Amino acid sequence: ESGDPQKTALLLRKAWTLYSVTPLYRFCRGRLRDYARLLSAFIAAEKQKGLAVEVGVELDIKVALSSLPELQGSEQDEPAVLVQLSSRSRASPKNSEDKIVWSGCFCCVYGDDLSENMPEDFTCLPLFLANGAESYTSVVGSWFQKTFDCTFRRLAISPFSLSWMVAMWAGCKVDKAASAVELVFSVPHLPQPLDISYAIHPEDAKALWDTIQKTPGEITQEEVDVFMDCLYSHFHRHFKIRLSATKLVKVSTAIASAHCDGIVKMLHSQYLSGVLMLLTELAISQIQ
Amino acid sequence: HIATSLPLPSERDHLRPRIDLIVFVIDIKSKCSLKNVEASLAYVDASFFLGKVCFLVTGVGRVNCCSIEPNAISKLGEAYCSPVLFCELELEGVRVATAQRLLRMLQICAGLVPGFSALSFSLLMRNSADD
Repeated sequence: ESGDPQKTALLLRKAWTLYSVTPLYRFCRGRLRDYARLLSAFIAAEKQKGLAVEVGVELDIKVALSSLPELQGSEQDEPAVLVQLSSRSRASPKNSEDKIVWSGCFCCVYGDDLSENMPEDFTCLPLFLANGAESYTSVVGSWFQKTFDCTFRRLAISPFSLSWMVAMWAGCKVDKAASAVELVFSVPHLPQPLDISYAIHPEDAKALWDTIQKTPGEITQEEVDVFMDCLYSHFHRHFKIRLSATKLVKVSTAIASAHCDGIVKMLHSQYLSGVLMLLTELAISQIQ
Repeated sequence: HIATSLPLPSERDHLRPRIDLIVFVIDIKSKCSLKNVEASLAYVDASFFLGKVCFLVTGVGRVNCCSIEPNAISKLGEAYCSPVLFCELELEGVRVATAQRLLRMLQICAGLVPGFSALSFSLLMRNSADD
């Protein structure tokens, strides 16, 4: 379901680095303004300590925390929390616009597995998306960890999970001008690194998936395996290379792209929720 | 003796010593290796599955590089009533320890350890939950 398109559009077309976050202790949604002030002070203090975020540029960082109720799956899910760091250089004129230098989003889409038996004082927002300089991510992350006694961990995506993603996303209905379905493989054990990029016309990929999927709305492991095997054997027939012996490192479709280092780009507002649901599931399995 | 797949070439059958233990190596990072093992299993005589077969899974140190469905290997072990050993062959210490384990298993399968036979492995495979 799309809520306010403006707000959810914030998530589209940006490269987000993924983290899993353990439940937050005593996080109070009514105190978002207070938290923004405290985080702002923390960032200023870290700057004083010499954690130069941008060398040579005098920046005042403003912090804004807001709720994104559009980003939730079920009733039990906590609405997402958006953190934005914006700056205005002291050199620029007073009435110039603040520029957003860093964004972070805590969310939970169909995270019932985690939130089911959670005690009262804990807030479940297991998926964290960060966009912007790593140094800001680190500072914001430390503040949240200290304040709410939680732990952030980078969320990597295994080749196994990537193959699920490409099978699911290639099967989605998209418009005529959709981009190709692309898979990138990294070949191990070579003296020089070699990457293989395999691009498929999106209509062909969807046609293949449609012949494989038995029940619309349901996807099984066997179906994903058959889909990938078809792609691999087609490639082998033409190039005599066994892709199943290489490492799948990145998948790209018109819906979204994902890299094994845990970097995701979401491209289609209609499927945003579906992608977040998948990522929430990955985050939860990393926590448990 | 190491082979990349089964069946073994028949030309050398008469020169080959008795086979006491077959270890199927699966690299968790390569779906191809699992498929290869699954195909090779078809060439193994049923009598070997009474404790003379084991699955050795390597690459488990890096869960994030997993290309195989996590349950696929334990299901394979159950289907063929054979033990599954997990290791990380790229680490020297683990490699040495694994080699020692396999050697010990081989001694038992070859009948060199009094009181133990390959059948002992099949018995140990039974899940306590099944009883």
